[in-house]
Amino acid sequence: MIERWVVQGSTYAADIDGIIWLIAVLVGFWFLVAEGVFFWLIVKFRARDGQRAQYITGEEAKQKRFIAWPHYLVLVCDVFIVVGAVRVWVEVKQSLPSEAEAQRVRVISQQWAWSFVHPGADGKLESADDIRTVDELHIEVGQKYIYELESRDVLHSFSVPVFRLKQDAVPGRVITGWFEATVTGTYDIQCVEICGIGHGMMAARIVIESPEQHAAWIASHSAAQLAARTR
Amino acid sequence: MRPIATTRSAAGIPTGLLAVWWVLASEIVIFGGLLGSYIMYRLAHDAWAEQAAATNVWIGAFNTFVLLTSSLTAVLAHQAAERGDGKLAAKRLYYTCIGAATFIVVKAFEWTTEIQHGFTITSNTFWSFYYTAAGLHALHVIAGAILMLFVAADAKKGRELHRVELIGIYWHFVDIVWIFLFPLLYIAK
Amino acid sequence: MAEHATPHHAHEEHHEEGWVKKYLWSTDHKIICFQYMFTGMFMALIGGFFSYVFRMQTAFPGIEVPLYGMVSAAEYNGLITSHGTIMIFWVAMPVLVAAFGNYLIPLMIGCDDMVFPKINRLSYQVFFLSTVVLLSSFFVDGGPFGGAWTAYPPLSANAAWNNTPLGASLWVLAVALEFVAFLLGGINFITTAMNSRAPGMRYTDIPIVVWFIVIASMLFMSSVGPLIAGAVMLFMDQQVGTGFFDPARGGDPVLWQHLFWFFGHPEVYVVLLPAIGITAEIITVFSRKKLFAYRTVLFTAIATGVLSFTVWAHHQFIAGIDPRMAHIFTITTLLISVPIAEMMFVFIATLYGGSITLSTPMLWALAFVGEFLIGGVTGIFLGASGADIYFHDTYFVLAHFHYTFFPIAIIGTYAGVTYWFPKMFGRMMNDTLGKWHFWLTIIPFNFIFIPLFVLGAAGEHRRIYNYQNFPELSGEWFFALRELATVALIIMLLAQVIFFVNVYISLRSGKKAGKNPFRANTLEWQAESPPPHGNFAELPTVYRGPYEYSVPGRAEDYWPQNAPT
Repeated sequence: MIERWVVQGSTYAADIDGIIWLIAVLVGFWFLVAEGVFFWLIVKFRARDGQRAQYITGEEAKQKRFIAWPHYLVLVCDVFIVVGAVRVWVEVKQSLPSEAEAQRVRVISQQWAWSFVHPGADGKLESADDIRTVDELHIEVGQKYIYELESRDVLHSFSVPVFRLKQDAVPGRVITGWFEATVTGTYDIQCVEICGIGHGMMAARIVIESPEQHAAWIASHSAAQLAARTR
Repeated sequence: MRPIATTRSAAGIPTGLLAVWWVLASEIVIFGGLLGSYIMYRLAHDAWAEQAAATNVWIGAFNTFVLLTSSLTAVLAHQAAERGDGKLAAKRLYYTCIGAATFIVVKAFEWTTEIQHGFTITSNTFWSFYYTAAGLHALHVIAGAILMLFVAADAKKGRELHRVELIGIYWHFVDIVWIFLFPLLYIAK
Repeated sequence: MAEHATPHHAHEEHHEEGWVKKYLWSTDHKIICFQYMFTGMFMALIGGFFSYVFRMQTAFPGIEVPLYGMVSAAEYNGLITSHGTIMIFWVAMPVLVAAFGNYLIPLMIGCDDMVFPKINRLSYQVFFLSTVVLLSSFFVDGGPFGGAWTAYPPLSANAAWNNTPLGASLWVLAVALEFVAFLLGGINFITTAMNSRAPGMRYTDIPIVVWFIVIASMLFMSSVGPLIAGAVMLFMDQQVGTGFFDPARGGDPVLWQHLFWFFGHPEVYVVLLPAIGITAEIITVFSRKKLFAYRTVLFTAIATGVLSFTVWAHHQFIAGIDPRMAHIFTITTLLISVPIAEMMFVFIATLYGGSITLSTPMLWALAFVGEFLIGGVTGIFLGASGADIYFHDTYFVLAHFHYTFFPIAIIGTYAGVTYWFPKMFGRMMNDTLGKWHFWLTIIPFNFIFIPLFVLGAAGEHRRIYNYQNFPELSGEWFFALRELATVALIIMLLAQVIFFVNVYISLRSGKKAGKNPFRANTLEWQAESPPPHGNFAELPTVYRGPYEYSVPGRAEDYWPQNAPT
């Protein structure tokens, strides 16, 4: 359903869309039944001359059934939803790929811009060839990433709609999570926690590149290249 | 004039008593929230032990004794009120107020000393909690004492004697909050 | 001033009361109701106007908004913050809880006033003070607070981040004062309902709306404490320089969120329960039917109240809490949907076998059920942790809570006002105007918020003053939907004029209402319209429950609670 409007761009996007779809089907069913019965009763029991309303207490078991049965069924639906939601949650928020298979990337939020630290050619953060950018995150499609999310001042929140990912950034902490892109292209990054006057300007872009493009980008940011360009 | 509503007691509990219990319920969650937050922070910050070492457990203990004694006089005041002896009840309430005043004066000296030693409300988050929690408590002590003076004034004239019990219950609550504050702020080092 | 010779009124030595004493300094619960109601409605106009301004900016970025001017990024944040703050604390609470609670409780339980009339008066005075403090924040240097009604620190704690040094503290002060006002009010509601019931009125003879307002007061009083503690801490961070929420000083910004939402979630039930109660009263009267399963309704309300203390962190799934905690809160949140769903089923069941008249109050009450169902089911998407990862802080959340809050605060209020207007003022409201007002409110309402569900599902995040900064949210159809919502809002706001016109002409020349124009059972309809000071010529005794409608074998299809046979 969400995919009608937003590209599914990560390995877990389809799972998140899937739980949303499950909920939509189940609540949609209940919604239509409830509203349907509701409107039908309003029409069927309109006041008519000479006809009196019935005296129904709702305390007898055979009357209470009409409330009890739906409410147990709702509970059953809830169980399905909880199981589905928990599975997606564990996948996205309680797992991390191993160090061996993942690249790291640092996401730094502040009033009012995003900055990113990418590992350079050596594949390691905190080394001399790290590439720092503002408002543009470059990653490679099909590669697992662990992000380290920080804030320099107030609460911000890292949101990438095509990944379906969100995570609040809390000052004083480094919060980790992961993603793996499945499509190439350039997409929105949003800040989704009000952070002051410039909250509406905190837009960034995620540039998802093929392995060749990404390698070329890294290469063009080597120290020699940058020095050449700044002469 | 009081409405007839006040004369009824469909739940079998005097209205004033019901009201005081509900007030206390809401106060318990206020202090509960504050102290709960303090406990969580304290557990997360071992370094606070250093700061907490500077609180004076003897002054704290003295003030605890003062408050407990003042609760005792409040109970005795209630007993007098039950017997209809408004004058005695008022006298005992005045003793309770003296206890409250003593508590506040001691605290004033305590805080002045601590501030002079550099332990201000902003010097460390432990002290922020210390002054805020104890300060909120002290405000309740003062407010309670003021209300108590009004109740005592009425009781002396033999009026509204049931309120002696009510202000006594409030006073016990103020006492109990201190019973929590004392170990949390003074004894835990 | 009414003069009434009654043996039951020991305190009646009536003298001409001056205008000030009668209307501004009164301890009469009915006058205090009107004070709260008019203040709440006045604030609703302000909150509504703000929504017009910021919606215009959202739909037409950079426009000079008629009646306002250009909307800066800072002003936008101030407007949305004030809108949320005002609608919840200065409209929903005073109108639904304080106004209806004050009016209905003594009348419906058959007594002459609240048990502590002076504390009642004090509660309004504190509330009035809180209103003044909040409004003053619009005029200070730096403007009103703009960190959202949720006021998360560090943004809210430090003027270096929020640029509203005075506004932020005035906001905290105003909210804290409002809490004190409602604590004072709550004492009256609970003790009066428990103790001052008419002779013969057992617990199960109490009308549901009274029960629900009392349960709401209990909920409020037991949940607001931690937030008061948090507000004290926030104020100290702002003004004294403490570091309760400053990570650099050993503080934790997420603590505020816990303190806020521990109250914030029960708070939504605090305002929901009175609205549901009002709906219950109206549905029974206008379908001439006993409320289905009264005891079940009561138990589900209590269950909801208790459960509401266990769900709060569903607002914080991605806030940086331990991810394992999310499982607990998903389960409790989905669980709490069950008693509420049950209550909706009960209302629907009450309609079965009824004799339904679609009067204006009934239209509002039915609209409450129909619209609240949408709010309720969309909450499931947000309570399910895995789905919330996507929906958090999008317009989907906003549309969900407007589909709950609008039925609560607006539909519930209009239901109650159109129903009890004859009692309050002794005049009938104009039914034609009432129906025009109803349809011109309800239909546009849906056209405002359904587009916002779609926009939210398409990724539109909240509290953004200009979506042109976000390429994926700037497409033509995105702006088309925003414009649709905004135009619908303008129509809906304008339609409220019909209501005020109706009030005015009804007060002046509406048909005189008798005591009981709707042939209802509850005790307030046995008093004069409007009831005098002291309410009843003779305080009633109660013989039965409030919903004995269409009892077989009786000539009339209603049976007032105080009728001896």
